[in-house]
Amino acid sequence: MDAIPGGPRRPVPGFAADLRSAAADSAAVGLGALPMGAALGLFAVQSGLQWWWAPVLSAAVFAGSLEFLLVAMATAAAPLGQVALAALLVNVRHVFYALSFPLHRVHGPWAKAYSTFALTDEAYAVTAGGRARRWPRRRILLLQGLVHLYWAGGSVLGALSAGLLPGPVEGLEFAVTALFAVLALDAFARHRDAFSPLAALGCSAAALLLPPERMLPAAFTAFTAVLLVRHALTRRRRAHA
Amino acid sequence: MPETGYMAAAVAVCTAITWALRALPFAVLSRLRQSPLAAYLDTAMPAGIMVILAAYTLRGADWGAASSAGPTALALAVTVGVHLWLRNAVVSILAGTAACIALTALAP
Repeated sequence: MDAIPGGPRRPVPGFAADLRSAAADSAAVGLGALPMGAALGLFAVQSGLQWWWAPVLSAAVFAGSLEFLLVAMATAAAPLGQVALAALLVNVRHVFYALSFPLHRVHGPWAKAYSTFALTDEAYAVTAGGRARRWPRRRILLLQGLVHLYWAGGSVLGALSAGLLPGPVEGLEFAVTALFAVLALDAFARHRDAFSPLAALGCSAAALLLPPERMLPAAFTAFTAVLLVRHALTRRRRAHA
Repeated sequence: MPETGYMAAAVAVCTAITWALRALPFAVLSRLRQSPLAAYLDTAMPAGIMVILAAYTLRGADWGAASSAGPTALALAVTVGVHLWLRNAVVSILAGTAACIALTALAP
């Protein structure tokens, strides 16, 4: 339709159309967030927290791996300074998400505030690689809102179902690992560049030798450095060619 | 059980730091969007970032309820295998998690 000069303009999608698009976009990652949220809810209650902490955590912090860590640290009564450090280390990766997340499409201070607040791994994964460069603002916000809803809703379901179980479910935390493994495979399928995941695997393996709280920042720093060196070498080769 | 006041403070700290890490870089990095380096990082980073997070959660599994390396490795193989086969994220995650729970329960 766009190709016909002077033809009818592409209609602006309505609320229902944007909601349908957002539901489809969020289905893969968002429905992964539901069992993950349920795992968090179960984990929180099995760690001795009251059930309502699950939705408070998942709605307010809205950062999956940090919430698992926070529950573990809180039950160990870790000092707040250490909690702050953990939040910084676990989520420092979000600094890079600004590079590709289409915040320029989300106008208005409140919308921008929510959109940055809800810039999770899932929202990043769905919009990464320039796919969302032309998405309407409402579609982006609805996508983030739906993931928020799946995550918080899942945590309530998990927390409430904890009372129905005879005992702790071991192996449940693997849902988080499975989610990131699947996201890695999907990200690889988009660009077919094996260098990035292999370099990340090497950096992770080396960083796993460090104490647990230093693994994530060390792996990310090393991985970023490797990518920067590779980029510099590629550019120099092109300049000489 | 953690005190309510302590828990509320811990949640507030995590919320503030996470939001700052997500929002503040836009002020600094948005002008990099036109640069070739940013374009390269945009395509090269996601797969690696997800690999590192997957590795990190395996590390994290150690301080939680003890799941030994065997069930975790097998469950990871199930997740990857099912995903390469069906390409359905929800099915892959559920299959892998179910495998991990079952294998952990069966492990001696």
